[in-house]
Amino acid sequence: MSQLKNRSLVSITDYSKDDILKVLEIAADFEKDPRQPILQGHVIASLFFEPSTRTRLSFESAVQYLGGSIVGFASADSSSVQKGESLKDTILTVSNYSDLIVMRNPLDGSARYASEVSPVPIINAGDGANQHPTQCLLDLYSIQKTQGTLENIHIAMVGDLKYGRTVHSLVQAMSLFNATFHLVSPESLKLPSAVKRWISEAGLEYHQYTDLSEVIPNVDIIYMTRIQRERFPDPLEYEAVKNAYVLENKMLENSKDNMRVLHPLPRVNEISTDVDDNPKAYYFQQAQNGVYVRQALIAAILGLKQ
Amino acid sequence: MKNKRTELQVSAISNGTVIDHISSENTFRVFQILNLDQAKNQVYVGTNLDSKKLGKKGIIKISGRFFKPDEINKIALAAPQATLIEIRDYVISKKEKIVLPKTVEKVVKCYNPKCVTNHQQIPTRFNIVKDHHGVTKLACHYCEKTMVQEDIIFV
Ligand SMILES: [Zn+2]
Repeated sequence: MSQLKNRSLVSITDYSKDDILKVLEIAADFEKDPRQPILQGHVIASLFFEPSTRTRLSFESAVQYLGGSIVGFASADSSSVQKGESLKDTILTVSNYSDLIVMRNPLDGSARYASEVSPVPIINAGDGANQHPTQCLLDLYSIQKTQGTLENIHIAMVGDLKYGRTVHSLVQAMSLFNATFHLVSPESLKLPSAVKRWISEAGLEYHQYTDLSEVIPNVDIIYMTRIQRERFPDPLEYEAVKNAYVLENKMLENSKDNMRVLHPLPRVNEISTDVDDNPKAYYFQQAQNGVYVRQALIAAILGLKQ
Repeated sequence: MKNKRTELQVSAISNGTVIDHISSENTFRVFQILNLDQAKNQVYVGTNLDSKKLGKKGIIKISGRFFKPDEINKIALAAPQATLIEIRDYVISKKEKIVLPKTVEKVVKCYNPKCVTNHQQIPTRFNIVKDHHGVTKLACHYCEKTMVQEDIIFV
């Protein structure tokens, strides 16, 4: 029952299949009724050491729909970090004022470290290029909701499979559910071999493509990603691939009826706006699902929902 | 002739440590990570010595010094197949092949410049893992990046 209570969430691999399904089950309950005053009297700290408006607003609205209060900061320059306070000191101080800490930090591994020094649980809202597990959970929720199940899904992952952390987490998580992976990327941005090994070790299949159109008729989910300039060590490498894939409405003609297009947002130009009105476009609902998933996580970790 | 050379290679120290079977190219790396340039006692360093096991090997003998587990872990990372021999009163009191531990703490720096351990005062921690080719790698407990032994910088 209380398998999630008081446990930090740093990486999606911290959670078992059962843990994941439990969070999604609670999220479905919040989707039916997002305004349940269960967080009254609770304080959630929201520490954003780098700005990420989208993720922060999603967490903060999750808390406020549940009647909880929020303390914290939206960027490092408004905080004592600016004065040189160590991460440990910030976490220890803030834990005196809150029941749970949501943290975004540009340094890789900062969330794991915070979870080790903090007396209250930590939810990682992104640690540099490393992990962003709540994104992964809302992706899983969206797949389950649109397909009726997480099992045996054919998923196409498109774009930057090399640096894209959301892709790596989603591969790891979907490997628990017998997925078949269709990996579409430029040669230079293929999924790293360590992540591919994760698939093989789960006894599952992956197929690699450079052409997007050939996979579209065969998959249940198309997971588009943005090719992020800031992840590239070499700007020339970025220039060569930045417009590699653009999904247009007419390309979806032969897709399966149950197929849905997902994207972690924000998009740049990898999904043409003419897709937005297609009922198979799901990325805005996907973002909405983030609120329910975050409500579920907070409630489960505080032991308020089982 | 042969005997004479063997004698030279194993010339005895009364008290101290012998690190044997270092692969030749790693000999000076071991010397460096143990800060033996600062040593006050006698230190013998041999490299490119004949070895049945390795072809060529290195050996380091340090008089009057015994190494702590942290230091032995450093040796294990720099020279994975080395043998550690402790001598007390001319008698070998301990002889063991150095084995890589499952984790190493505080001895190696993370090569990822964005790793939290390179920005905050945090003792590093790595899990020693083997990839599917059997190559030994170090996985940072914090940033989750893995590095190969060539990338190792000792703290
Ligand atoms: Zn690291």
